[in-house]
Amino acid sequence: MGAAHSASEEVRELEGKTGFSSDQIEQLHRRFKQLSGDQPTIRNLRKGPSGLADEINFEDFLTIMSYFRPIDTSMDEEQVELSRKEKLRFLFHMYDSDSDGRITLEEYRNVVEELLSGNPHIEKESARSIADGAMMEAASVCVGQMEPDQVYEGITFEDFLKIWQGIDIETKMHVRFLNMETMALCH
Amino acid sequence: MWGLVSRGPGRGLLLALALGGLARAGGVEVEPGDAHGESGGFQVVTFEWAHVQDPYVIALWILVASVAKIGFHLSHKVTSVVPESALLIVLGLVLGGIVWAADHIASFTLTPTVFFFYLLPPIVLDAGYFMPNRLFFGNLGTILLYAVVGTVWNAATTGLSLYGVFLSGLMGDLKIGLLDFLLFGSLIAAVDPVAVLAVFEEVHVNEVLFIIVFGESLLNDAVTVVLYNVFESFVALGGDNVTGLDCVKGIVSFFVVSLGGTLVGVIFAFLLSLVTRFTKHVRIIEPGFVFIISYLSYLTSEMLSLSAILAITFCGICCQKYVKANISEQSATTVRYTMKMLASGAETIIFMFLGISAVNPFIWTWNTAFVLLTLVFISVYRAIGVVLQTWLLNRYRMVQLEPIDQVVLSYGGLRGAVAFALVVLLDGEKVKEKNLFVSTTIIVVFFTVIFQGLTIKPLVQWLKVKRSEHREPRLNEKLHGRAFDHILSAIEDISGQIGHNYLRDKWSHFDRKFLSRVLMRRSAQKSRDRILNVFHELNLKDAISYVAEGERRGSLAFIRSPSTDNMVNVDFTPRSSTVEASVSYLLRENVSAVCLDMQSLEQRRRSIRDAEDMVTHHTLQQYLYKPRQEYKHLYSRHELTPTEDEKQDREIFHRTMRKRLESFKTTKLGLNQNKKAAKMYKRERAQKRRNSSIPNGKLPTENPVQNFTIKEKDLELSDTEEHPNYDEEMSGGIEFLASVTKDTASDSPAGDTGSDTPLTGRSSPRHGPPAAAAAAPEKPLIPARLQRPRAPSPVPPAPAQNPESAAARPRARRRPALLKLASLPPSCHAPPHALEQEETPL
Repeated sequence: MGAAHSASEEVRELEGKTGFSSDQIEQLHRRFKQLSGDQPTIRNLRKGPSGLADEINFEDFLTIMSYFRPIDTSMDEEQVELSRKEKLRFLFHMYDSDSDGRITLEEYRNVVEELLSGNPHIEKESARSIADGAMMEAASVCVGQMEPDQVYEGITFEDFLKIWQGIDIETKMHVRFLNMETMALCH
Repeated sequence: MWGLVSRGPGRGLLLALALGGLARAGGVEVEPGDAHGESGGFQVVTFEWAHVQDPYVIALWILVASVAKIGFHLSHKVTSVVPESALLIVLGLVLGGIVWAADHIASFTLTPTVFFFYLLPPIVLDAGYFMPNRLFFGNLGTILLYAVVGTVWNAATTGLSLYGVFLSGLMGDLKIGLLDFLLFGSLIAAVDPVAVLAVFEEVHVNEVLFIIVFGESLLNDAVTVVLYNVFESFVALGGDNVTGLDCVKGIVSFFVVSLGGTLVGVIFAFLLSLVTRFTKHVRIIEPGFVFIISYLSYLTSEMLSLSAILAITFCGICCQKYVKANISEQSATTVRYTMKMLASGAETIIFMFLGISAVNPFIWTWNTAFVLLTLVFISVYRAIGVVLQTWLLNRYRMVQLEPIDQVVLSYGGLRGAVAFALVVLLDGEKVKEKNLFVSTTIIVVFFTVIFQGLTIKPLVQWLKVKRSEHREPRLNEKLHGRAFDHILSAIEDISGQIGHNYLRDKWSHFDRKFLSRVLMRRSAQKSRDRILNVFHELNLKDAISYVAEGERRGSLAFIRSPSTDNMVNVDFTPRSSTVEASVSYLLRENVSAVCLDMQSLEQRRRSIRDAEDMVTHHTLQQYLYKPRQEYKHLYSRHELTPTEDEKQDREIFHRTMRKRLESFKTTKLGLNQNKKAAKMYKRERAQKRRNSSIPNGKLPTENPVQNFTIKEKDLELSDTEEHPNYDEEMSGGIEFLASVTKDTASDSPAGDTGSDTPLTGRSSPRHGPPAAAAAAPEKPLIPARLQRPRAPSPVPPAPAQNPESAAARPRARRRPALLKLASLPPSCHAPPHALEQEETPL
């Protein structure tokens, strides 16, 4: 029950911020402690490229998780739209590695290469060409008609929203946060 | 064996008479045929009706059903309102009436043997093989609940309620006990896969709803089989002799039957995948394995008295991935078409014979209360069951099933031929009121298929049920989808949950590590990636649309013209309004407009991809390119010219890329394009001459375009209108024509120069009009960057084939681009991705 329980005020605050129930928060906190080895923060073990946070505390952890909460059935249109946008923004940032508000071709390629890296048979080249193709498609979807001398520099967040139009992200981007104890099964 | 075939020659003849004059001559001459043994002398022509009768009648029936189908579709209005299954039943009733009027013996009925052994397996296999796996397994919990609990609920409530009413005396005097009612309830409870498929296919509800109803109808077979068997044996035992132990045995047998059936299916799927891994050298019988082994899985589980439907369904579901990867593209198309044809044919026959079977006064026993109450009970309890189960499910489901969905779910509970076949199977000795059951079942089936089938479409429209939307596969979508899978499973992992994504991730890991290694060809393992597939598909589509564009412009001049200038700026803007002329485009347009169903790529009338495959192959073969290799025009039963089209596709792609790279380099380096192109052209020519098998010494001096036009005229394709200018060049071409007809390979130079250029005008082969069909009209995006002015091409462009408009517009548009180009720093000549695109390997 630990810290989260004793500081119930804190829990309530987190509840308001992230929308998790107190049970779920408790659950996640236990998980967090397990991952961090009872430290207040999880340190970034992998020496990643700059721009990554060195450590995250529990609140950050919860915030990230909250992006994946399923959409509440009680929400009205506007809230759904808002939460949809939020989810997409989170996703957008994952692509936009230098966070300049644009997914450039280079960034997109990196993502695609990562995605296809599971299949050892696919060469980098084809991954790249796929990314290029996707970029073209994005350009045609977002800008439509282009002047001959226009260059599509990258996917902005608005374009990103356009691409996702009609794709049911609400039903896709969610993880079921159970109230039951499942950690033991995981490890 | 063929119960539906008449048993006596007389009946067969009468049937034939009823079917038309075709067999009339036969009827007259049967006598000489029979007498031919006595006449002694050798007869040049004998007529032996009896000899061919059975297969003949079968073939005639199938023909009638198929022709009727053509008839239905002549009127679009009728088929858009009335489901085909209903029409077929009515047709069956009419035909049955005719046969009855002629013969007074109804011998053409749908017998259980024929139904279960020959008509049902293709339909179920088709369903399994083209099952959208991800959707299916994503909703497996829901499907299972509906299939198992729902069916048991339906059976129990219907049976018990009918019994209750019977006790009240409303039905009059019937010789039935509780067990008979339960038996009847169990066979009438199951939602029928054939009927559901036939009706829902035309309704196009959203995919989740469809998969739930459809999955339920497939998986409830195990429940039906068990309930049916259990109650049948109970009835045989007599109500008093049933012990508690028997009930427990019944429950155990449910698990054995369902899990056993599934296991048999999985084992055979494994076998099938393994076999197709090694069929490289027997391509021609490759598709056969798919059918034979799946059918064996059905028969095996039938033999072990397990659920045969489950077996063949899971065989299809499990093998599809590996089989599709292993077999060649042509075999895959063959499998697809054959499966669709068999399933569609079987379905047609089933519904027609359901109609015919109903015309038989001997099976009709009317009991108004029983029939009406059955109808009421199955509808009401279905609705109640759905609501209860959905309430339970919605607590766990992420995508909630709304009340509207529930209405469709309850209303979509169609009963069909499975119930009919089961009821016919009943033993009249033990079940005293068999005829009442049979007639009630027929009424129920007809009611659900015809009435509910008719009304479900307006209902869905009226309720505004979320429809399935057909979308072109988009690369971005696929990529994001893939990213999602990874992100979600990671998040689940981090947060310590075990969910769908986690399990899916583990499964795909296992699949990649072990299963695919065993079951897939090595080459297939390589190319097996969904994203790559979409990419490939879209590429092909682009090529097609490009050719279609060419067709529209009257001949492929703008593609074929060796001068890239002419087409760099081809304006695609008016696409949607003007493309009608192109056959292939029309085809695609029609298909996609009509077919909005979720299974759009799979379902039979929605074989967009097939249509496109065909169009691709057709167009590529006709227009684009013939490989340098010599064609062998040899007949062999065992070998098809292997992967010819594939090779063409690849080669075209490679060449396009190479050429574009070249042109790009020259652009960038500021070389004289003209010279360069001329050089390249010569070189290719020379190479071709070397490789070409035909003695076409004259060829290079000919204008390649001529060859093409002549060829095209030969083929009488869409744009064979006479261009006056052709005539002048015809004389030169005629000499060539001779060699063209001799050997298709001679076509290559024409195809070559053309095929190398077409895509140059476009930034990427990916960026294609059809892919963006939904989006605003577009122009080539980046290619403008790549363009540079070029002097007239080394080869004189075909004068006649350049429609003025096509040539004029690009030129007008090119100029501003050029001006801008000039003002740009050299590094900007092409955006980086355009540059990379040039190097794309296939």
